[in-house]
Amino acid sequence: MSSPLRVDREKLVLGVAAPLLAIVTAVAITSAVMLLTGDNPFRAFSVMLDYGSKSDSQVWIINKAIPYYLAAAAVAIGFRMNLFNIGVDGQYRVAAFFAAVVGGALSLPGIVQIPIILLTAMACGAIWAGIAGYLKATRGVSEVITTIMLNFIGGSLIAYFLQEGRLAERDENIVHTTDIPDSSFFFEIPTDPYPIHGSIVIAVAVGIAYWFVLGRTRFGFDLRAVGRSEEAAEASGVSVKRTVVTAMLLSGAVAGLVGMPTLLNESGNYGIDFPEGLGFTGIAIALLGRNHAVGMGLAALLWGFLERTGTQLEFEGYDQEIVGVMQGIIVLSVVVAYELVRRWGIRRQQRQVGEQLAAARNGKTATDPAEVSA
Amino acid sequence: MIPAPKSPPPAEDAVPAVELRGITKRFPGVVANHDIDITVRRGTIHALVGENGAGKSTLMKILYGMQRPDEGTIGIDGEQVSFRSPADAIGRGIGMVHQHFMLADNLTVLENVVLGAERLHGIGAAARRRISELSDTYGLGVRPDLLVEEIGVADRQRVEILKVLYRGARTLILDEPTAVLVPQEVDALFENLRELTSEGLTVLFISHKLGEVLTVADEITVIRRGTTVDTVTPEGTTPRQLAELMVGSELPTPETRESTVTDQPVLTVSGLHLSGRDADGLPREVLAGIDFTIHRGEVLGIAGVEGNGQAELVEAVMGIRRPDGGRIELEGADISHAPTRKRREGGIGYIPEDRHRHGLLLEAPLWENRMLGHVTEPPNSSGPLLTAAAAREDTRRIVAEYDVRTPGIEVTAGSLSGGNQQKLIVGREMSHHPRVLIAAHPTRGVDVGAQARIWDEIRKARREGLAVLLISADLDELIGLSDSLRVMYRGRLVADADPATITPEELGTAMTGTATGHLEHDAGSDDASGTGSDETRGEESGE
Repeated sequence: MSSPLRVDREKLVLGVAAPLLAIVTAVAITSAVMLLTGDNPFRAFSVMLDYGSKSDSQVWIINKAIPYYLAAAAVAIGFRMNLFNIGVDGQYRVAAFFAAVVGGALSLPGIVQIPIILLTAMACGAIWAGIAGYLKATRGVSEVITTIMLNFIGGSLIAYFLQEGRLAERDENIVHTTDIPDSSFFFEIPTDPYPIHGSIVIAVAVGIAYWFVLGRTRFGFDLRAVGRSEEAAEASGVSVKRTVVTAMLLSGAVAGLVGMPTLLNESGNYGIDFPEGLGFTGIAIALLGRNHAVGMGLAALLWGFLERTGTQLEFEGYDQEIVGVMQGIIVLSVVVAYELVRRWGIRRQQRQVGEQLAAARNGKTATDPAEVSA
Repeated sequence: MIPAPKSPPPAEDAVPAVELRGITKRFPGVVANHDIDITVRRGTIHALVGENGAGKSTLMKILYGMQRPDEGTIGIDGEQVSFRSPADAIGRGIGMVHQHFMLADNLTVLENVVLGAERLHGIGAAARRRISELSDTYGLGVRPDLLVEEIGVADRQRVEILKVLYRGARTLILDEPTAVLVPQEVDALFENLRELTSEGLTVLFISHKLGEVLTVADEITVIRRGTTVDTVTPEGTTPRQLAELMVGSELPTPETRESTVTDQPVLTVSGLHLSGRDADGLPREVLAGIDFTIHRGEVLGIAGVEGNGQAELVEAVMGIRRPDGGRIELEGADISHAPTRKRREGGIGYIPEDRHRHGLLLEAPLWENRMLGHVTEPPNSSGPLLTAAAAREDTRRIVAEYDVRTPGIEVTAGSLSGGNQQKLIVGREMSHHPRVLIAAHPTRGVDVGAQARIWDEIRKARREGLAVLLISADLDELIGLSDSLRVMYRGRLVADADPATITPEELGTAMTGTATGHLEHDAGSDDASGTGSDETRGEESGE
């Protein structure tokens, strides 16, 4: 039987067709937008490529991509089972805040303290997401609503504690938590001109775990089964409610790590200037990377590339907003292109199945015209 | 039973009401219809029979303007036409009564009939007059002011018929109109149809129930594998000949006779109770005091009009629904509170009623579907890890052994035809050596080849000592495969019967809830199936 081979080639064609279509469309539309606004798209692309390939830009892009990737992975865990965890943003901020508080309060050796900080962050993120999971499983409340609400509640909670005399201190104009001891900073990978954050190993580990648990374990199969058909999963013996809660806990735990590259490699504390909105970027990157462990890595790098080169475009006289437009167009192109290719693939497959059946039938019908006329 | 008077031979009418010539319709990769030739004479009931998937529905969609043929011509009253939409077809006097009713429950019969056809007679007195007129002419007995939700299935069907008549239809297409009716209602429907034809209307009747077709039709066209095979008259045909025309080969039968029933109970259900709410939110008993035991090598068939608790019974046994009382035992072990996965691991195989919703992940490849429901068992996993290579290998085996027609195991389950999907499910369930097999409508919507195959598997399972719970709407299948039969009505097992002697008609009567206790094959006296015998039999264990 040569059919498995043929189907595999089929898969490859489909796999390449979608990103290709997406890139071509995105470039074409972006060019059209720039032409309409009177700019030269080709010069813009060459500026971006030039600037983006400089070594300091590359380090910047990689460091930026680390939290993006973690946020995307957190969102993707939900997506794989049809849960829309829109609350990664709140989860990572709550997690980073309390992890920073714990880190600032202790002064243990780094090898002990770093894991404590990471575990605190994961636990806080998991609890924050778990509330939504619990409400969904027991009361049927949509996780979209609860996680959005929890974003606001989380923001207020942090605002309450992030005041002098509560869990924070003032340093000139910046209010922030107590600095973590130097020994608790994460290592760095020395590169030229700046070092790459060592927290990249967290991102890689999460990526591998994501791929392995979802694709290679029974638990991952149950989770994906729920994502594809809740009813079929229930009938097959998966406890949908428990899977919902577990998936939200996992998603939240990974979300808890999103703030760690910043905390452990850059700031050393949680202040009012701690980055916000990474959770929403994560949604776009998960979409862009098709919830795929490697795809999301590429998408995170692309996102970093666009942000980095966008600032340069401004120096070159372009509107900085064009990068935002580009990001939007890319996400839309990818979503549309993948959907189109998916439908095309299904039609192709159905045709193949049909052809196979027709061939089998014709083999049979050749023998029975006699009885037809009987 | 109505003695089936054949309508008088229609007057010599050279111009046929509907004439289809050389109709061919291709879908990507599949030819749904080819070289269809049908001539329907005016004033007759013309039946179109064929097995599921033979192309009947596509053909009717073409005639009703929902699909356009790739080749061929449609003639109406001798004039060649080309329909772009159902509106064109309605304009030409063709009306369709769909298998699934398209009525608004919260509107009255009158409102439903005029909805969308307000321009004909308005919505007031004129419309009401026209409706009564039509209802009287054709003996439909429609009461215009009742809400649709208040009337029964048979009445709803009459409203659908009235709807198309109101729009001026002279030719009515009825798609499997008897599927939702009990035998008595079927007879009433046939009376209505005869009224219609005696007034000069033409009826095209789609069915795969041969007995009915032979009773009511003036002419029968058989369609097989997308093309018309022959047109016959009921006088010159037997059901068997008709069936063989339909299938194109020797007919499979669901008969299994020599008993393999033992006295070792495998699945014992006692006092099962489940309450729920009906459509109006009122509490009602979905399952009430269900008791049965299935032994090794026994097939227990449950007959009943759909919606009488069969689906809930299956889900309760599978652990998908939590009953609020009663006990379920699997070979002596109490599994009343075990989760679904435990029950499956414990040896309950499950062929669900709705394979798309409950049996398959349509977007997943076949080998992942092979894991569904058995992901904790070899060859699908070892410990917490999946063993994809072994599962793939075993999927290839199932595909080969159970004759699943597919180009490979990487295609999605949704691409396969219904029969092949079902064969995959049966193969999957049987591969885990179950002790109990729960088969809900196992051959619904599958082609005859797959049906024979699935019947074989159920017989084989029985021979190998499985206990089988069979739920089916196909009474021949139930009677043919079962060792014992129960009738389910409003959440209760109200009667039992011996499949060796009972006829489908008797079983159908019992399904309307008119009989209790043990059903005897009626040889003259009617005391067993009559309503007068309610309390006479004590063997029903329940209350």
